[in-house]
Amino acid sequence: MAGLVAAFGSGAMTNSTPEIEDCDCILITGSNTSEAHPLIASRVFVAKEKGASLIVVDPRDIQMARRADVHLRQRPGTDVAWINGMMHVIIAEGLADREFIAERTEHYDELEALVTQYTPERVEEISGIPADDLRRAARIYAKAGTGSILYAMGITQHTTGRDNVLSCANLAMLTGNVGRPSTGVNPLRGQNNVQGACDMGALPNVYPGYQQVASDAVRKKFESAWQVSLPSQVGLTVTDMIELAFSGELKAMYVMGENPMVADPDINHARKALTKLDFMVVQDIFLSETAEMADVVLPAASYAEKDGTFTATDRRVQRVRKAIDPPGEVRQDWQIICQVAGHLGAAGFDFESPEQILEEIARLTPIYGGVSFDRLARGEVLHWPITGAQDPGTPYLHRDKFSRGLGRFHAIEFKEAAELPDSEYPLILTTGRLMFHFHTGTMTRRSEKLEQEVPAAFVEVHPADAVSAGLNGAERVRVLSRRGEIEAGVRLTDKIRPGVVFIPFHFAEAAANVLTNSAFDPIAKIPEYKVCAVRIEAL
Amino acid sequence: MDYHSVQTTCPYCGVGCNLGLEVMDGRITGVLPAKGHPVGQGKLCIKGWNAHSFVQHPDRLTEPLIKRMGRFQKASWDEALTRVATRLGSIRTKHGPDSIGVLSSAKCTNEENYLLQKLARVVIGTNNVDHCARL
Repeated sequence: MAGLVAAFGSGAMTNSTPEIEDCDCILITGSNTSEAHPLIASRVFVAKEKGASLIVVDPRDIQMARRADVHLRQRPGTDVAWINGMMHVIIAEGLADREFIAERTEHYDELEALVTQYTPERVEEISGIPADDLRRAARIYAKAGTGSILYAMGITQHTTGRDNVLSCANLAMLTGNVGRPSTGVNPLRGQNNVQGACDMGALPNVYPGYQQVASDAVRKKFESAWQVSLPSQVGLTVTDMIELAFSGELKAMYVMGENPMVADPDINHARKALTKLDFMVVQDIFLSETAEMADVVLPAASYAEKDGTFTATDRRVQRVRKAIDPPGEVRQDWQIICQVAGHLGAAGFDFESPEQILEEIARLTPIYGGVSFDRLARGEVLHWPITGAQDPGTPYLHRDKFSRGLGRFHAIEFKEAAELPDSEYPLILTTGRLMFHFHTGTMTRRSEKLEQEVPAAFVEVHPADAVSAGLNGAERVRVLSRRGEIEAGVRLTDKIRPGVVFIPFHFAEAAANVLTNSAFDPIAKIPEYKVCAVRIEAL
Repeated sequence: MDYHSVQTTCPYCGVGCNLGLEVMDGRITGVLPAKGHPVGQGKLCIKGWNAHSFVQHPDRLTEPLIKRMGRFQKASWDEALTRVATRLGSIRTKHGPDSIGVLSSAKCTNEENYLLQKLARVVIGTNNVDHCARL
């Protein structure tokens, strides 16, 4: 989200989900939408039926690509190059929105000077995308009355993830596709409340509502509300925590409902790091791979056993309602946190209900200022920012001005991924998701029907690469990288580019993240899950 | 027999479809889409249709566990909470608040995420709090 904050001043989907149906052009990249966000994919199909154009940029021949007007298959890790190339075409052919650029943005000249060098022919050499296909896609997007960019982890999970996001923002601003209905730059969030966790300040640099911990004025406000003195130094990201646990500087971790042992890149390294901790407490619904390494495990309630709110990917706050009592001795996460705080002798944690907690959130968080259980009970549709009880909320952002004032263009050079194929590891591994499973599989793999659909990990291999690797009809392979190896079944398919293999990361017993590279984006601190070098061998 | 349906938000991806959990005598028996809800428009994907099935799985943790000599043993809440507070407290005293890291959850509610970052900042005294948005 660091990219969208730098360009627009706000790191969330600019537009709401229902608006997708009325787009004139939808550009999807780095999102396997029909597998990972099926009900957003169905909105895209509705838009297509209403006459929208669809551009899909993805190395794999995913389902969305088969419905696309143009499918660009880039070599993984070359997104900055093809986006610069599209902008080159748009500027060269006079399709840029000059009025929007002049009135709403800054630093345009730097962008123009840079993308002049990214001719479609040069981009073809870098990315493998045919120059004329790139031109066609650029014209369709630029000429559309309303164009919306949808992206997901395929854009962000690179060492250049922030650059990729900034490039998407450049493309939208260049064509005036921000601040109106059915336009924008729209990151589709993978977890049901990842937006809410960010909004609530579960981040090392901000308090709830993206209020900076480094700002003296903000810190004073929270110090006075919480009656303590607060640290001013920005904290560690999850990626930093693993590194410092490994080096011995981080001594303890408190983990709530997360499974970094399957989700982290380079799992073998993460395991060694967590083993070095003096103490780890894990609060979860199952004994996850991470919980197994804990010193204390606290049993927590599932979503069906609690009240509260989740915030959807389009900034919409919605109710979670308790359906049944939790099993055994299980307690709600909010109760457990209050009790841990109580045992540590802290004040300010004597809440009796989630509703009371939301009242404190609304008092301290301007963008949630008007959110309440009462308004949600009345069926109001609340997209933040919602600053007060009378504020109807904000389905699309940046209408008259950007959150940061002017939108900021960033001139960005293409950089290669951190690890490229070589003679020893000749293939690019890219990881992703399946429709039937979710994240590290702790929930879906305990769901009989979903587990039946895809019960085991597999690797997608292009037939040409199967020949080069001498698979000779083998049904199972060993996949090796510089960090580790796993075994998995083979699926031969021409839906993947030659030179690229794909593994879904849901399966702990053949975890793709044993192989992935923990090199990360220097600012966003997102690991490069989408590109690393591997080789395959028949078993 | 008691039967009712409770409308809530799906626990899987970030789209925010609503669904009805069908509850019979205190157990969830199935899922129905929320008719007329503007996000899902009365539809669910296959994960949503099965959003109840892991909730009542026999693998659910039901009691606090404390590891002793490398093996988990059942513990009372008071014992477990005391252990957590004592260990975090002594590590904070000995190595400082920034020697502790907190991972919050994209699967927990806003209210729970708010409280855990508050615990990190107010009680432990560190901004070392993050979650899996990057992963």
